Amino acid sequence: MKFGIVVSEGPYTHQASDTAYHFVTAALAAGHEVPRVFFYHDGVNVGTRLSIPPQDERNIQEQWSALAAEHGTDLVICIAAAQRRGLLDQKEADRQGKDASNIAEGFRISGLGQLIEMGIDTDRLMTFGD
Amino acid sequence: MTDGVKKFLYVNRKAPYGTIYALESLEVVLIGAAFDQDVSLAFLDDGVFQLVKSQDTKEIGVKNFSPTFRALGDYEVTKLFVEQESLDERGLTADDLQEIMWEDEDEDYVEKPSIRIISRTEMADVMADQDVILSF
Repeated sequence: MKFGIVVSEGPYTHQASDTAYHFVTAALAAGHEVPRVFFYHDGVNVGTRLSIPPQDERNIQEQWSALAAEHGTDLVICIAAAQRRGLLDQKEADRQGKDASNIAEGFRISGLGQLIEMGIDTDRLMTFGD
Repeated sequence: MTDGVKKFLYVNRKAPYGTIYALESLEVVLIGAAFDQDVSLAFLDDGVFQLVKSQDTKEIGVKNFSPTFRALGDYEVTKLFVEQESLDERGLTADDLQEIMWEDEDEDYVEKPSIRIISRTEMADVMADQDVILSF
């Protein structure tokens, strides 16, 4: 089966992005496809490369980046939600005159259309939120 | 699913202010309207407060986005299901909700109401009938 995944809560405060990660890992191991994960609301904060959790804790961003590198899963951060919350790629930082970008490896910023497209193109859309 | 068109339901369960879920839900609905899918919105729990008329947010310093619901008809989003029990539990009636109309181009652009108040049981049927449900 082909799953589309929505992550709608931020890392560490909420379990949602961890549960989504565990679900995706299990789904891929079982032979299912997960072509895309869409990060919305505070979920966009999963994609910052500037988070530094304590060394004895999981690093949620690095887990997702590694998953994308291994399986080619498209990790999409909603641009509208990202701009409100200070998530920028280099192109957008240049365009908006900001002095830094912070998107982690394997993530990309794109529009809400990618969420709708994922709903159309997959067999099941799963939301991980509160 | 027929002809590549899927039934999308946006479920709104939270109050319009206090969190950003309601506003960001509406942003998805507006973008999604461009994809020519079969779109419905559901309002239940505190989500029914999103449709209350005469909202005034000046004192809390956030944008009042409730007028945007009245523009949904122009995006061919014409099915807004509101759960009767959620209204009852909050002391609200249909009269407390803003009027949201759409023009039916198949019937000489006659104006029809977009809001349909249905029971909790009917809401379950609406949900069961969908291909994609996004919950906010």
